[in-house]
Amino acid sequence: MKKLIRLREMAVNQSGLIRKINTSGDVGRRVREMGLIPGASIQIQGRAPLKDPVAVKVMDFTLTLRNSEADHILVEVDDEKGEV
Amino acid sequence: MKKKITIALAGNPNSGKSTAFNAITGGRQHIANYPGVTVEKKVGWISHKGYEFEVVDLPGIYSLTAYSLEEIVSRNFLVNERPDVVIDIVDASNLDRNLYLAVQLRELGVPLIIALNMVDMAESRGIEVDPDTLSSLFGVPCLPTVARIKKGIPELLDKAMEVAIKDPQWQPQVISYGRDIDESLRKLEGVIEKMEVFGKQYAPRWLALKCLEGDPQVMDMMKGDPDAIRKIEAIYGKTTKHIKDTLEEDPEGIIADHRYGYMTGITKKAVKRKIEARLNLSDQIDRVLTHRAIGPLIMIIILYGIYEFTFWISEGPVQWLDIFFEWMKGMVALFVSEGKLYSLIVSGIIDGVGGVLGFIPLIMFMFFAIAIMEDSGYMARIAYMMDRVLSWFGLHGNSVLPLLLSGGISGGCAVPGVMATRILRDPKERIATLLIVPFMNCGAKLPIFALFIAAFFPKNGAKMMFIFTLISWSFALFSAKLIRSTILLGPKTPFVMELPPYRAPTFKGLVIHTWERTWQYMKKAGTIILGFSLIMWAMMTFPGLSKEEIRRFEDEKMKLIVSFLSLPESKGILKDEKDLQDLDSLFIRFRQAMVKKDAEALKILEGNPLYPVVEGIFLEMDPTKTFPSSYLDFREKRADIEAGEQQAVVKKTIAGRIGHVLEVVTRPIGFDSRINIALVGGFAAKEVIVSTLGTAYSLNEVDPSQSGSLSERLKKDPLWSPLLAFTLILFTMLYVPCFATLVVIKKESSWAWAAFSVTFNLIVAYLISLMIYQGGTALGIGLQKG
Repeated sequence: MKKLIRLREMAVNQSGLIRKINTSGDVGRRVREMGLIPGASIQIQGRAPLKDPVAVKVMDFTLTLRNSEADHILVEVDDEKGEV
Repeated sequence: MKKKITIALAGNPNSGKSTAFNAITGGRQHIANYPGVTVEKKVGWISHKGYEFEVVDLPGIYSLTAYSLEEIVSRNFLVNERPDVVIDIVDASNLDRNLYLAVQLRELGVPLIIALNMVDMAESRGIEVDPDTLSSLFGVPCLPTVARIKKGIPELLDKAMEVAIKDPQWQPQVISYGRDIDESLRKLEGVIEKMEVFGKQYAPRWLALKCLEGDPQVMDMMKGDPDAIRKIEAIYGKTTKHIKDTLEEDPEGIIADHRYGYMTGITKKAVKRKIEARLNLSDQIDRVLTHRAIGPLIMIIILYGIYEFTFWISEGPVQWLDIFFEWMKGMVALFVSEGKLYSLIVSGIIDGVGGVLGFIPLIMFMFFAIAIMEDSGYMARIAYMMDRVLSWFGLHGNSVLPLLLSGGISGGCAVPGVMATRILRDPKERIATLLIVPFMNCGAKLPIFALFIAAFFPKNGAKMMFIFTLISWSFALFSAKLIRSTILLGPKTPFVMELPPYRAPTFKGLVIHTWERTWQYMKKAGTIILGFSLIMWAMMTFPGLSKEEIRRFEDEKMKLIVSFLSLPESKGILKDEKDLQDLDSLFIRFRQAMVKKDAEALKILEGNPLYPVVEGIFLEMDPTKTFPSSYLDFREKRADIEAGEQQAVVKKTIAGRIGHVLEVVTRPIGFDSRINIALVGGFAAKEVIVSTLGTAYSLNEVDPSQSGSLSERLKKDPLWSPLLAFTLILFTMLYVPCFATLVVIKKESSWAWAAFSVTFNLIVAYLISLMIYQGGTALGIGLQKG
């Protein structure tokens, strides 16, 4: 199994598969209803000017979430070259 | 067979639901609120093949949980009103997520039709959806539509009719959530079936599912049956523990994952991807527009461009409206003689309402520009780029929209601004935003700034305006920080938000958006402002002077006239008072013609026997100059008496007395009773401040050039200095939301918050003014008139 990292730590343009969502409650619910679910493949689209929030491509659309929320999402990254 | 069919439109935000609603209903629609909450309810009507359709546009939602007002409202509407058909508008290029709501609608059991909207966009992106396969796998009719060009809409209505005629029972879809959860659901169903607290409108399995999801609304409904609650909690606790131990998840997460699994199974068969276009056009645009360095720069340029554009394009229309209201005053003057009634119509009604309506072009174009940003998808990018900053102040990226609408780039209106706070999900963030929104420089504050800038900072007009914009933002943001770290302390809400693909806005959509908000502003003018300007007018007119006082001023004037007429140089020219009146009126008309350089008008006056006299005054053709100088001297003295009379009137009125009493408090910040009167008036609407100052400084409206314009007059007044002007500008920027805004704040929150808003703003405004005025005076800054 490849290494799991937190979504916050992913670099721009890096892609991967969501493996785990480590939170329940409002954030967990919101993240899921917007399509960030285990098994979904994602790619980092970019980061806002102050590095937060982060824009993520999932399914066929773009979502934004704050780093504090991205912390709960564990991703199996495709390659590790862009790690921050 | 029923002739009336109710359709509910459901769908994610950005799925083209409002476009679909407009396409279905055309112009016939009505906007209200759902009972008891501030969520907008749009209803439209249309006749189709002999049937009357009532179409209800549910709020845009992603899910059917009970965690946001929109979701609760939608769920309650579906369950209680039982629409004949529910049409779920889904974005065809985004089925993987859009169907999540559809699955939940199926689980609830509503008679459902899926409209695969924007199929043209999907196809251009290489995504092909087969409606028949989707229909057979999902078990509900699926129809392709392109709402923007009304494609597929008639077919959709046909299908809705077909479904409604059959009058189907609700059929909750059963989905498997894995062995553990399915088993708990069965147990829970057994308990729930015996409970009587739920009405018959809910299916037991659905309730069981909601129990496992920890749904607050369903939990609340069970309160009446403590015995059952105990049983349910036991099953819930056991299931949760088991799932935590085996899967390290909670049931809610597992349920969501299974729903997605169910959907993916379907979309895999029904959706074909021709090309894997990884970077579409919208993404490419985002590379530039949300670029870390260039993005903010472009945003500033766009916002500044909007500011320039709205002021430039509305300049003409604002002037036309101004001319129109002047013309109306002229018309009133023709039919109503001077006196209380004339003053009521002109000062009370036309000035009051005209002051507000006069801004409509400015506000309309500002709203139009904002609608373009919203409908194109750019507003979401602003929220994205601004979120880091705004969340530091305890706000949310989405707070940008209300702030901009209220005058964040100068010239908006806090009424639609406060209403726009509805896009914020978290009540604390929403209330914090609506409390700071009145600090923005709305269209009504601009004339006040313009007046003082012209009088005291004429060289730095544009710069001062920019500084005031920055100041209002800083006060808004730091107040938000203060409020959010004290009385509204609480966690940040998630910023999981969609960046919708860029889309060309439809003209119809823009017009509807702009019109809705402009109409909110106009309603304010028509109702509250009219009422308040009448009250203000009465407060500034009554009780007025006693008969003796009026006679005293009349006597004084009479004495002046008699002595002027008895002067040797007057005797040959003016026989009596009637001649003097003729001379006065000719004097004014002559001067107007001169100012306008209107040769025609001058020609008409030539026939008047006093014409040579007036010509002598103006062109200094009288060699002796005795009569002209005496006449001008007389005019000045008379104006002084009239000004004195007006000031005496103002002092005597209710407003004058209030202003006088308030001096005790306002003296430390430099405000005298006249300014206080204007500020009291400004509570009704900030527009009133300038006109009230005009009255309080007794501008003789019949002859404005006599005493100079208001800004000239203020410059001459010993009380005024740049420092006082600056203090007053800040005070008006901050002191209270206008009455109309307050009413909306109350509607969106409560009277308690509305009262807090007034108190808080007054305290902030007063303390800041005190610091600036006292500090400036002590340091000797801004006391010299430039």
